[in-house]
Amino acid sequence: MDVSVTVNGTTYARDVEPRKLLIHFLRDDLDLTGSHIGCDTGNCGACSVIVDGVLVKSCMLLAVQADGASIETVEGISENGELTPLQQSFNEHHALQCGYCTPGMLMSATALLRDNASPSDAEIKKALQGNICRCTGYWNIFEAVKAVAK
Amino acid sequence: MTEDSTTTVAPAPVEVQKGWAGQSVKRREDKRLLQGEGVFVDDIKRHGMGYLHFVRSPYAHAHITRIDVSAAEAVDGVYGTLTGEEVAALTDPFFQISSAPGANIKDYSLALGKVRFVGEPVVAVVAETRELARDASELVEVDYEPLAAVVDARHAQDADAPVLHDDAEGNLMWTGLYSWGDLDAAFAEADRVIEIPELHFHRFNSTPLECDGALVEFNRGVEQWTIHTNNQFPGFAAIMMGPAMKVGLDKLRFVTQDIGGGFGNKITSHPQLVVCCLLARKLNRPIQWTEWRTDFHLSMSHGNERWFRDTKVAVKDDGTLLGFRTKALDDAGAWLRYEPLGGVIWAQVTPGMYRWRHIELDFTQVATNKAPVSPNRGYSRMQHLWFTERVIDIVAKELDLDPVEVRKKNYIRAEDMPYETPNGCVYDSGDYARMLDLALELIDYDAMAGRKAAAKEQGKLLGVGIGSTLDSGTNNFGQSRLINPELQFSGNNEVATVKLDIFGEIVVTLGTTPQGQGHETTAAQVVADILNCALEDVHVRAGHDSYWNSHAGFSGTYASQFAVTGLSAVKGATEMLRDEIFKLAGAVFGGVPAEALELADGGIRIKENPDAFLPFMACGAIINANNAGLPEDLDVTLNCRYVYRPPFEVPDVETKFGNLTLTYAAQLHVAVVEIDPETGYYEIVDYAAVDDCGKRINPQIVEGQVMGATAQAIGAVIHETYEYDEDGNLLTPNFYDYHVPHALDMPPLATGAIESPSPFTPLGTKGMGEGGGAGIHAVCAAIQDATGVVVTDSHNPYRRVWEMLR
Repeated sequence: MDVSVTVNGTTYARDVEPRKLLIHFLRDDLDLTGSHIGCDTGNCGACSVIVDGVLVKSCMLLAVQADGASIETVEGISENGELTPLQQSFNEHHALQCGYCTPGMLMSATALLRDNASPSDAEIKKALQGNICRCTGYWNIFEAVKAVAK
Repeated sequence: MTEDSTTTVAPAPVEVQKGWAGQSVKRREDKRLLQGEGVFVDDIKRHGMGYLHFVRSPYAHAHITRIDVSAAEAVDGVYGTLTGEEVAALTDPFFQISSAPGANIKDYSLALGKVRFVGEPVVAVVAETRELARDASELVEVDYEPLAAVVDARHAQDADAPVLHDDAEGNLMWTGLYSWGDLDAAFAEADRVIEIPELHFHRFNSTPLECDGALVEFNRGVEQWTIHTNNQFPGFAAIMMGPAMKVGLDKLRFVTQDIGGGFGNKITSHPQLVVCCLLARKLNRPIQWTEWRTDFHLSMSHGNERWFRDTKVAVKDDGTLLGFRTKALDDAGAWLRYEPLGGVIWAQVTPGMYRWRHIELDFTQVATNKAPVSPNRGYSRMQHLWFTERVIDIVAKELDLDPVEVRKKNYIRAEDMPYETPNGCVYDSGDYARMLDLALELIDYDAMAGRKAAAKEQGKLLGVGIGSTLDSGTNNFGQSRLINPELQFSGNNEVATVKLDIFGEIVVTLGTTPQGQGHETTAAQVVADILNCALEDVHVRAGHDSYWNSHAGFSGTYASQFAVTGLSAVKGATEMLRDEIFKLAGAVFGGVPAEALELADGGIRIKENPDAFLPFMACGAIINANNAGLPEDLDVTLNCRYVYRPPFEVPDVETKFGNLTLTYAAQLHVAVVEIDPETGYYEIVDYAAVDDCGKRINPQIVEGQVMGATAQAIGAVIHETYEYDEDGNLLTPNFYDYHVPHALDMPPLATGAIESPSPFTPLGTKGMGEGGGAGIHAVCAAIQDATGVVVTDSHNPYRRVWEMLR
């Protein structure tokens, strides 16, 4: 099926198998390998991206469902190669170790802060609840997000 | 994480120093990872590559009577298949670490004639896309004759138990009696003998978020494979794969950049890597293999499940511990992929933190129809340390003594260090009583009596528990001879190269395969200190490539050793480079002796005449590109390779005596739990983790390891388990059923640290990172304290606590 999506401002048109997942489309067809796969079941959030302004787990969506959508991935959140304040905060607070969950964490935190620039502690944790990290225990991720919340 | 979660760091007595070591330098790995520009194995693509999918056994135990791949191979876009028969024709069985009877089993990379656990790879299918490979796998016909399965290790040696490996003539894989001191005298001296019928350490693992994978290319002209993989111990994979594939190790090139978590679980992917290699050659195209999450859960590196039975503890009435006897029964699963090394690794920490001198442990490892076990963060020591800590709290309860006082009475004391344990291990340094005091202070232990009373008024049960880990690091691989005296392994090693390139670049290569431990950052800190230069001037190559000649037999990242093996190699290579820079500058300046020179500002100068300055750029250019006229005897390449070899002797095989690891970092955790007795639901309401890993090169990275290990402990004790039904079906094959803690599950955490530098390592460092076992026990002990019921299992979900209270 023909699918046309705009990812981080670039439009891609591809012929896609109807059963292909959006995450595999992004990674295998568009070579956008920043978004990762950790569970295949929608539990871990490593594949989180923002589709038409809504945070989604891209393993839970078919590529064809994203036809016509505007998608944001981790590759698109910094400009001119410079880290955003959120990304810098992750570095400052040692909020990543292996870095595999990090793109998904960043997308979840980005979506949270857009909707709610001043989240409470509980709101931050709830926003990160759908993202599994096996290295950090979340404490430093929480601190990193909290530090950039207003 | 509760609403008031905070992290406080207790002041650590760090000596003030100049230089980079000891500073929490921000990680240089982060930028690429934060921008989605890391290179993980599944990110690598090659033209024409085929995706590999494994057909896996649906039975825990069955004969394979027929395999027909023709329907799958007929599908357009399917490139080919591989079966166990082909593997057996092309390879030898993997070398076995075990002595008999485990030594006799025949382990190939695909099932041959029989399957022995649900999820065991039977056939590999390669196709143009991931989806097609998976679909075509459904077309592979395999006929099975199901057999009875054994899933409970306690019944693996029953007369009527089904036998997994006929070659071993039973399910016993390995057994060994360890006995040190004078047990009879200890029990004669004892006022009391405390008996503990059975303790159980459950099966789980760290479930790295990135599953195992590889991209394997075969270069037909030179008959060499390039294996891009996230295997975390390529040195081990190579010695398993080379002999099996009947090729020299020069034919196996291992390449890694970023690895999405390892925790030991990515050590034993060698069978799958062999399949990829055979198919890359057979199909003449690159092979891409990435596990699906359920593949990982079904088949990869479960942690060792262990039973401790018939334990008898010799104690004095005042709580003085004299010794213990126990029988450890270890469940290896279906294959010995790294086992039975777990049968000796525990002995690195035989007495735990305590001074008892008379210890007997009868170790038996059996095969069951479950996934093979392999190292998991805290490998084998975690099980044993949980056991020793369990003994302490059970003894304290039996004698009606305070667990804090029993610990302090029996801890190996700071003034006893270095301390030789009953089996000849030498604890290098530490102050366990001080760590305990600090941890208790962090949770305000003095307020506990009041809090317990207040909780009781609310109908809740509050309890406090202590757990400890000795994070023994830098293995002496000679300990493998206690498993099999025929083995020719001993000592350890790691490699680094440091060079000065043409434009003055300081380039560092490591033999290690980090999975988030920040090696690029800490290595740069060590180099910059020695060369007295800016941190930015040091370029540490990301990842591992066995083509770089910067690896040795034990290279990799596992078993808490980088801060000793990796950084000591970096230090050695950098000091060689430093000495060469001095030699070169002396010659360039016309015979100036080394003592008249100093390194500064990215170059070398004459102390008395700082204007006589040779920048590193000039040094690199002279040696690499402008070297005519240099003295003939100037032995300088500015390209230095150093192999760090820790000081070890081969342990005595008869007495099982000797030093098994070089350093003994320690973690001391205290948990406070509040239980709702109506439901068994409990929350960890306070938590403290105190670490002592000697000199810390980067305290923030160390603290990150402490936090991560703590989180894994909390997951393991409450949620995470690989449970099987009686037919051998895994009940937790995905992240729905295997609950990994998320942000809302985390308790408030206070961390603290002390530094007891190791006298045995070049930088005073100790390997660390595997401290999670402390947390498992701390929660178990807190549950026992709150309920008054002896905790006998390492896994305590809410339902089990509810049952304990009935």
